[in-house]
Amino acid sequence: MTYDWPTLLPLIFAGLMGLAILIYVILDGFDLGIGILFAAAEDAEQDTMIAAIGPFWDANETWLVLAVGLLLVAFPLAHGTILTALYIPVFLLLLGLILRGVAFDFRAKVPAGKKHRWNRIFLIGSVIASLAQGYMLGVYVLGLDVGFGGMAFGALVALCLAAAYAAMGAAWLIYKTEGELQKKAVRWLRTALVLAALGMAAVSLATPFASPRIFDKWFVWPEMLYLSPLPILSVLLFAWLWRQTFHLPKPDDRGALTPFLTLAAIFALGFAGLAWSFYPFVVPDRLTIWQAASAPESLAIILAGTVVVLPIIIFYSFYAYRVFGGKATDLTYD
Amino acid sequence: MDPLILSRIQFGANISFHILFPAITIALGWVLLFFKLRYNATGDSAWMRAYFTWVKVFALSFAMGVVSGVTMSFQFGTNWPGYMEKVGNIAGPLLAYEILTAFFLEAAFLGIMLFGFRRVSNRIHTLATVLVAGGTTVSAFWIIVLNSWMQTPAGFEMRDGVAHAVDWWAIVFNPSMPYRLVHMLLASGLTVSFLIAGLSALRYLYGDRSESMWKALRTGVFTAAILIPIQIFAGDQHGLNTLEHQPQKIAAMEANWNTGPNVPLVLFALPDEAARENKFELAIPDGASLILRHSSSGVVPGLNDYPGNHPPVFPVFWGFRIMVGTGILMLIVSWSAAYFLKRHHSLPKPLALLMVPMALSGWLATLAGWYTTEIGRQPWLVTGVLKTADAVGPVAGSNVALTLAVYLVLYVLLLLAYLGVLVHLALKAAKDGDASPLPGVMNAALSQPAAGE
Repeated sequence: MTYDWPTLLPLIFAGLMGLAILIYVILDGFDLGIGILFAAAEDAEQDTMIAAIGPFWDANETWLVLAVGLLLVAFPLAHGTILTALYIPVFLLLLGLILRGVAFDFRAKVPAGKKHRWNRIFLIGSVIASLAQGYMLGVYVLGLDVGFGGMAFGALVALCLAAAYAAMGAAWLIYKTEGELQKKAVRWLRTALVLAALGMAAVSLATPFASPRIFDKWFVWPEMLYLSPLPILSVLLFAWLWRQTFHLPKPDDRGALTPFLTLAAIFALGFAGLAWSFYPFVVPDRLTIWQAASAPESLAIILAGTVVVLPIIIFYSFYAYRVFGGKATDLTYD
Repeated sequence: MDPLILSRIQFGANISFHILFPAITIALGWVLLFFKLRYNATGDSAWMRAYFTWVKVFALSFAMGVVSGVTMSFQFGTNWPGYMEKVGNIAGPLLAYEILTAFFLEAAFLGIMLFGFRRVSNRIHTLATVLVAGGTTVSAFWIIVLNSWMQTPAGFEMRDGVAHAVDWWAIVFNPSMPYRLVHMLLASGLTVSFLIAGLSALRYLYGDRSESMWKALRTGVFTAAILIPIQIFAGDQHGLNTLEHQPQKIAAMEANWNTGPNVPLVLFALPDEAARENKFELAIPDGASLILRHSSSGVVPGLNDYPGNHPPVFPVFWGFRIMVGTGILMLIVSWSAAYFLKRHHSLPKPLALLMVPMALSGWLATLAGWYTTEIGRQPWLVTGVLKTADAVGPVAGSNVALTLAVYLVLYVLLLLAYLGVLVHLALKAAKDGDASPLPGVMNAALSQPAAGE
């Protein structure tokens, strides 16, 4: 492999796209998770839960636009192939995101009597969007052309991802709330962790059987050795976090952010594993990132803008999170 | 049904729903900045009340715009994969810049603008408002660039059937871009000023005479009265630009079947494409020649020059007339309202009653204008480069029909809910008047200057 621009640019964009997806999954993961947890929360708690994500969700969802946008502009052939194959799940994802997104604003602005309805729409939208994302991931892992078994696998991943999002939501609430709701969030986290761990184990076991290609990538010497830290670290972090849930919340609220950061690390590890499973394909077994990429000169133009803008985006995202740091109170326009 | 026509309807439905909200947020961001700056300069809390009433509309419109915008970014792939395959090298970077420079700017600073009033200094809050308003405008710039390039492509060459960029300056500043951009930004300004004027008129009818109502009403009416003549001029210039670069669109807009001089201006007709003639025509002799060529003997292009290669006449003809008709009504209403506000410091009740439905006149004119220009581009997706029929994806018609039906139901319900909330917010503001508590002076540690301090 020679390292000239036509080789490097698609690689860089695959990396950027992966980064955008990972950031999206972590950031909107806790938004969607809190939506799922609406099912178990009481009316008064729901206001605080919304306040914990209100200032952030617009920007969080924008990472999805960036990820899909990068797929669209850097790998146009893959964008078409993947999205036409996933037509109905994509539609459900969008439906869920639309319902969830507008419910955020409507619930705060409609007359008091109608608020309940929008709370329910918020829950339904979050659940649909999470399940659709998981299903799409599952079907994508198997290479898009799937039969009944593949759909079942997709459904399994969907439930697993929804549980993982719920865990993220609970972990975010531990950071952003206090008192009874915080204690409740710790219990939610524990339950969601069990479900997510069960799901992840099932997915890990099923994947090699469902896809011989991925099996071959993982279980050959010496790659097995280099890759072993990924699953081992994930299991250790899971176990450690599970133990932590029995000690939270701590006096003075020490380590309130730790569960969220731990989960983010687990997501990042899982994501690295997925990336390894696919490389160098962007459409499994069909299109490599080089086959699907736009012309190098077009990629260079996009890259020029990206290297200027992306650090700024990351910088002011940190700034916004700092401005709205601390415990969530009632959200008002002030 | 045919997947092509279903996909077109679906894309049209999605983008029509989407454009309603950017049409509001692009200009409303600047109006909010105006309210904020007036408050900074005068310390008059009525400006801040106007700000807080309209920032809620902004937040809701922005959310609707984001969720429908996400749908758009997927639609390219799900329904029109041929588009990116053919012109992705040009459309890609333009879309990327739209997302990178603008979308993020808006979305990240929106949080501070909406919820940060008491958390950051007044200066940072004003800066966040500037960045959000600027972000929406830059976002509009890139999208208009891409749309204009599809109408009047330039700065590229075809290699192996795929478009490659040759001159980015020519791509961005393609022939129709400056005209379309100005026309759309003014359209957004008019949409917002009529919305503000209309909802303030509703408050007026409910007996609200508070300072914040007057400030919003005056802002809406005077902005509209100033912008509408500029828009009529800009629209005329845009039309002349279209005549130069897309004459077949002009021929369809005027329902002119044969090229020639002394072409009349058709005021009303039912164009019949099969018979290639206008039924029930009502026309001003030589009108079109005079408007387009400034001479009664000026030659106006006719549809006979583009057999089988011109847009459908009926929707383009009527879309244009609805847009122009709405524009004329806007001129009459805004100038009479401005007159009464200036001279009598009040509104006659019939005029106020008319202004309430006119709150949505900007939406109607914007949609009609977009239908004119987009249907007027058919049968091309990218003029002379890619036909719409060649870009559609291999998705089953039944899938498209099913999702289309759900989208339509959802959009109607959301639109009703949205309008319901607007009316609810206006009536609530009318009830509270100047007595509503100001968030900035409620409690807690203030970083903001409160009224009277």
